[in-house]
Amino acid sequence: MADGDDIRKMAHPLEIPRLACGAMADLEPFRAKPEHQEPLGFPGELVENWKEKALEKMADLASKNRAFQVYLETCVKCGACTDKCHYFLGTGDPKNMPVARQDLLRSVYQRYFTFAGKYFPKLVGARDLTEDVLNEWYSYYHQCSECRRCSVFCPYGIDTAEITMAARDIMAHIGIGQKYSNEIIGKVHKIGNNLGLNPKALRATLEDLEEDLEDETGISVRIPLDEKGADILLITPSADFFAEPHIDGLLGYAKVFHEAGVSWTVSSYASEAANFGLFIGSYEQMREISIRIRDAAKDLGVKRIIFGECGHAWRVGYSFLNTLAGPFDFLDPNYPVPQHILDFTWQEIQKGTLNIDKSRNDDIRLTYHDSCNVARASRITDEPGSQFEIPRNVIKAVCNNFYEMERTTTHESTLCCGGGGGLLTDDLMELRTKGASPRMTAVQQVTEDHGVTHMAAICAICKTQFSKIMPKFGYEMDSILSVHQLVSNAIILTGQDPDREVDE
Amino acid sequence: MLSVLYAILFYVATAIMVVGVGMKIRKYARVPAPLKIPTTPAPTTQTGVVLRMFREVVFFESLFKSNKWIWIFSWVFHMGMWLVLIRHLRYFTQPVWEWVVFAQPYGTYAGFAMLGGLLGLWARRFLVERIRYISNPSDHLMLALLVAIVGSGLMMRFVGSADIIMVKAYMLGLMRLRIETLPANPVLLLHLGLVASLMIIFPISKLMHAPGVFFSPTRNQIDNPREKRHLAPWAAELEK
Ligand code: HEM
Ligand code: SF4
Ligand code: SF4
Repeated sequence: MADGDDIRKMAHPLEIPRLACGAMADLEPFRAKPEHQEPLGFPGELVENWKEKALEKMADLASKNRAFQVYLETCVKCGACTDKCHYFLGTGDPKNMPVARQDLLRSVYQRYFTFAGKYFPKLVGARDLTEDVLNEWYSYYHQCSECRRCSVFCPYGIDTAEITMAARDIMAHIGIGQKYSNEIIGKVHKIGNNLGLNPKALRATLEDLEEDLEDETGISVRIPLDEKGADILLITPSADFFAEPHIDGLLGYAKVFHEAGVSWTVSSYASEAANFGLFIGSYEQMREISIRIRDAAKDLGVKRIIFGECGHAWRVGYSFLNTLAGPFDFLDPNYPVPQHILDFTWQEIQKGTLNIDKSRNDDIRLTYHDSCNVARASRITDEPGSQFEIPRNVIKAVCNNFYEMERTTTHESTLCCGGGGGLLTDDLMELRTKGASPRMTAVQQVTEDHGVTHMAAICAICKTQFSKIMPKFGYEMDSILSVHQLVSNAIILTGQDPDREVDE
Repeated sequence: MLSVLYAILFYVATAIMVVGVGMKIRKYARVPAPLKIPTTPAPTTQTGVVLRMFREVVFFESLFKSNKWIWIFSWVFHMGMWLVLIRHLRYFTQPVWEWVVFAQPYGTYAGFAMLGGLLGLWARRFLVERIRYISNPSDHLMLALLVAIVGSGLMMRFVGSADIIMVKAYMLGLMRLRIETLPANPVLLLHLGLVASLMIIFPISKLMHAPGVFFSPTRNQIDNPREKRHLAPWAAELEK
C-alpha cells in the first residue's frame, strides 16, 4: 500500500478514474523543524495567532500578485480542468482535481474577503479557517507539482501552481514549512548548492570527471571551476556533479564546449541552478538565490551565462532571472541571458563543429519526455515552440531511433514526471509513483508499439524521479537519459580514436 | 406604482453593476503581476497577445482544447447570449441602429440556443461525477437564474407577448430620467425582475469571469522576459 505499490492499471495515459474521496488525505511530507524554518526567516513552529497571521498574509498576497487575486475570483467551476492533473489521474482523489485544489484555499479567501462568502458562506461553499483546513492545505498543496498542465486547459488560464505557491508561502509564514524544500534552501545559502557539496569536494569531483573523460576518449577535456575571465559561466543543477544519469549530461556539455573551443567555467559559489524558492512560492527566497548567479558572473568576469539541463531552474532562469537579479547589462549583449545549453549545442551542430556518429546510440530506442517547466513556462530560442523543437532537433541529430509518445501527453500537454515542485522526497513516494503512472502508461505504449527502451529528459528532477520510478513499471533504472548524454555518446572528439574501447 | 418600483429597481441595479464591476476592474488593474508567467508557447509581441485573447474570448480556444462537450454547450450559450443582448438593444435605441436591425431575425434562434446551452451545462453538473463534486449551490442557482430569464423571455415571444411598444417607451423613458407606464404583464415583470437581480449579483459572483479573463497573467502577458526587464513596483523596493 505505502510507496504506491498499488498503482492503478491504466488502459490509456489519460484514462479518468472514478472518484476516490479521501484516498490521499493522510499523505503529507515531513514538516520543517525550527532549524529548517528559521534560517529562511520563517517562524520555527506554528505561531500562536496563526489564523490572523495567515489571513494577513493572504491579504498581502492578494495585493501583490494579480494572478492570485484574479484566479481566486474568476473560476466559474466549469470543470474543464478536472481531468487534467496527473495526480488526480493517478490517485482518483477528487481534491487533486485542479479546481478542487484551488477551492481548498478559495473557500477560505471567500469567507474572509468577499461579499458572498462573508454573508452567504453556504451558498458559495466558503468556510472558516480552522486547524483541519490548515492540515488539509498542508497535505494537498504538497500533492501539486506546480506543473501548470491545468493552466493550459482552463478557459481563463487559471494556474493552480500560483495558488499552490501562495498556499505554501502562507503556511511558511505561520510556521508550517516543508522539511525537504526548506532544508535544501538552507544548504544553498550556507554552502552554495542543494547537495551541500563544498568547494573542495566539488573540485575533487570535477577532477575525477576529467580523468574519466580522458580514460574514455584519450583526450584531455576540461571541466573548469572558478576560472576568472572565462567567457561562459555554466549554471547547472548540482545533481550533474554526482548523480547518474545527470553526470553523463555534464560530460556531454564539457565535450561540446571543448569542441566549440570556448572558454567556460563552473562557479563554486553558485554551483546550483535549482531554485527551490520557486517551489515554496517565496519571491524573496527566489530572489536571494538568483542573486548568487549575478554575483558569480560579476566576480568571475564572464561574458555569458549558460544553464544546464534543469526544468524549474530554466523557468526561473528564462522567465524570472532578469526580473529577480537583473539587469545583466554587464554581459555580452549578443547572447541571451541566460542561454540554454541546448540552444548552444544545436547551434554548434548546425555550424558543423561537432563530429557526430549517430550509430553510437543505435542500441537505444528513444522517446522524449517534455519537462513541464520548460514546456509550459519558457522558450529556448527566440521562437515560441523552440522549447519543443530544439531538444528534438538535437536528439534527432545524435540518435537514429526516436519515437514520440502520444501527442496528448507531450509538448504543452506534457504529463509531469510526478516529482516536480518540491515533491522529490522519499516521504512522498506513494504520490510520486501514482502521479507518474499517466506518464509511464504513455511510455509503455511506445514500448509496445516501437520497442522503446529509453527515455530522455532535460530536467534534473525528472531524471532523478524516473530513475526511481521506472523500475516500478518494469524498466531498468538507467532507462532515463540526459539529452547531453546522447550527445556525449555520439560525439567523436577531434583527435579521438573512434574505435577506442573502454572497459567500464 | 409598479412602474415606479421597477424604475427604482433598475436604477439601483444598474448603479450596483456599473460601480461594482468598475471597482473590481480597478482592483485587478492595480494589483501588479510580479513575475512573467504566460503559459507557453505564448506570443512574443503585443499584437500576438491581442490575438491570443481574441481567440480565447471569441472562440474559447483553451476550452476547445480541453473538453468538447463543455465547449459546445458553453459556446452556443455565450454566442446566443450576445445575439440576444444585441437584439435587446432595440428597446433602448430610437431609431434602432442598422446593425441591430440586421441581427433581428437571428435573435429568436439565439434564445433557444442559449437555453439549450444552459441546459447542457446544467445537466453536466448533475451527470458528471467530477463536476457534481465541484459544484456549489451558487453554481446551480446561477444557471437556474439564467434559465428563468431566458425561459420567461421566450414565453413572451411565443405564448403571450407583452406590449412591446409600451416596454420600449418605458425603457427609453428611464434613460431620459422619466418614468412612463410599464405594462402589468406578469411574465414581463418576472423577466425584468430576474434581469435586475442578475445585474445586482454580477460584481459579487463568478460572472466576474467576463472582465476577469482579460486580466489573467498566463494569457495576457507577452513572452519576452529576457528581452525586457519586468519589475513590479513593490519588488523594485527590495532593490533599494
Ligand atoms: C468576455 C465575455 C465572456 C467570456 C469570454 C466568457 C467565457 C466563459 C467560459 C469560457 C465559460 C466556461 C465554460 C462554461 O462553463 O460555460 C463561461 C461560463 C459561464 N459564463 Fe461566461 N463568458 C463571458 C461573459 C459572460 C456573461 C456576460 C455572462 C452573464 C450572464 C456569462 C455567464 C456565464 C455563466 C453563468 C457561466 C457558467 C456556466 C456553468 O455553470 O457551467 N458569461 N464563460
Ligand atoms: S477550468 Fe478554470 S474555470 Fe474551469 S473549473 Fe477549472 S479552474 Fe475553474
Ligand atoms: S499545477 Fe499540475 S500538479 Fe498542480 S494541480 Fe495543476 S496539473 Fe495538478
